[in-house]
Amino acid sequence: MKRCNNQGGKMKQLLNAFILLALLSVAGLSFAETGLPAEAAATVAEAAAEAPAATPPTVDKGDTAWMMVSTLLVTMMVVPGLGLFYGGLVRSKNMLSVLMQVLVVFSLIVILWAVYGYSLAFGGSGLFIGNFSKVFLQGITPDSLADTFTDNVKIPELIFIAFQSTFAGITCALIVGSFAERIKFSAVLLFSVIWFTFSYLPIAHMVWGSDGYLLSKGALDFAGGTVVHINAAMGGLVGAYVVGKRIGYGKESMAPHSLTLTMVGASLLWVGWFGFNAGSNLESNGGATLAFINTILATSAAVLAWSLGEALVKGKASMLGAASGAVAGLVAITPACGSVGPMGAIVVGLAGGFLCLWGVSGLKKILGADDSLDVFGVHGVGGIVGALLTGVFTAPGLGGTGAEDFSIGSQLLIQAEGVLITIVWSGTVSFIAYKIVDIAIGLRVSEEIEREGLDISEHGETAYHI
Amino acid sequence: MKLITAIVKPFKLDDVREALSDIGVSGVTVTEVKGFGRQKGHTELYRGAEYVVDFLPKAKIEVAVGESLVDLAVEAITKAANTGKIGDGKIFVTNLEQVVRIRTGETGDEAL
Repeated sequence: MKRCNNQGGKMKQLLNAFILLALLSVAGLSFAETGLPAEAAATVAEAAAEAPAATPPTVDKGDTAWMMVSTLLVTMMVVPGLGLFYGGLVRSKNMLSVLMQVLVVFSLIVILWAVYGYSLAFGGSGLFIGNFSKVFLQGITPDSLADTFTDNVKIPELIFIAFQSTFAGITCALIVGSFAERIKFSAVLLFSVIWFTFSYLPIAHMVWGSDGYLLSKGALDFAGGTVVHINAAMGGLVGAYVVGKRIGYGKESMAPHSLTLTMVGASLLWVGWFGFNAGSNLESNGGATLAFINTILATSAAVLAWSLGEALVKGKASMLGAASGAVAGLVAITPACGSVGPMGAIVVGLAGGFLCLWGVSGLKKILGADDSLDVFGVHGVGGIVGALLTGVFTAPGLGGTGAEDFSIGSQLLIQAEGVLITIVWSGTVSFIAYKIVDIAIGLRVSEEIEREGLDISEHGETAYHI
Repeated sequence: MKLITAIVKPFKLDDVREALSDIGVSGVTVTEVKGFGRQKGHTELYRGAEYVVDFLPKAKIEVAVGESLVDLAVEAITKAANTGKIGDGKIFVTNLEQVVRIRTGETGDEAL
């Protein structure tokens, strides 16, 4: 009987979350209606049609095919990859809750992306945010085109939207690792909606959007070191503080329940990351192959660095360490992969491996938060290392693709500004978002539920029947 | 009748079973157990988190024998399970008041 009441309460909370979602959508719609006529800045396709004098843009079937494959690869990173990587790291009683949070957060954000996210991130120009001209993807047809890095070479806008939707989805899903094993499912969803809207979208626009503040400044973030990794890591770290430590943290064993599944997840992440990084080139050409080889080299370097570091400091090189090293290397090379040379990528990977090892041990002790699956230690530290080193190894003298007048000093400053803005912005938004969720529906499950495990109490099922 | 309970290293289980068969023991019960003795546990390290594992896996063998076989059985287990290293385990011998074979209803020595 008590259980029934409990479920009724949860249903109510979920319902609240969906009502908020609906309100947001309606708000978006009304904005769009008022703001549209003036701002419906011609889509690229329309612009091209109005200026027939110029040569018509090229749409290459190879580029289109590559972008569809890349989008699949990033989807693979999240739903099986991140889910299993995270799932293996929690205790068996919470396995399904983590898989479920990753799957549903990803799905939710992809829908929000189509409803208003894409428009706010990539619709129109502005320093901090786009506009509502493309809410509900209005006006976009299979003939609409999106820019690439080459003048007059375009890709269908629909695949650009799909590709970018997976980035938004994975970023929000990454945060799950920080508050795993103790948060309400409904709280995860509500937080994700708020954080996506007020942190992911502005940062994505600032870095990648037309006239975005950091883009205009010249900040280099090829595949999303700041937008995805530092952004998510701050959301996670603040969550670890606000939600609080797991019961028994530091006293009871919280050893991962299946490092085998974690390895499966890490492997899927690595393979999928080729879509994430090389796909961010938007064209299937030499630039994509640079990002591609950098994604192999930096990751391998980081695996070696983490393993060596562990062997030296702790006496043994662990599988979890090597797998974490792979992810650290992937994170670190993400902003750099399009502009550093292969040897630069190896250095970025080595630095990412060593420093993230410190991130999950030394730094973690300093921070004192129960960041369950080390989202900040790996994605935050790796993201910062990558963002800063991008400013170094893009230099042509160090094998990068920077222009002749590339200045490491001034680029480093711009990179640091990007990092700082992301940390402060995401940190602030996250804190407010967690507080709102806490007041509205509560963040944590009860002690009894936490001890019993989230699988059975939040989802009514058990991962393993052995 | 005695009940012999032996805690041995898991990888020695087959050797013990063979040694017991050789002296004419017709049945044993085996359980996977965990415990600690003089053998220290070990430390597991997952990223920054260190966990001390105190309980080590062992195999528990239970065998009921008549008085004539007790010493032989204890000797057989001791020999078969011995590695000379710490953690080889222990053997406990206790009195057994009654044994019943469920299928036939036989009791005492006949049921062994």
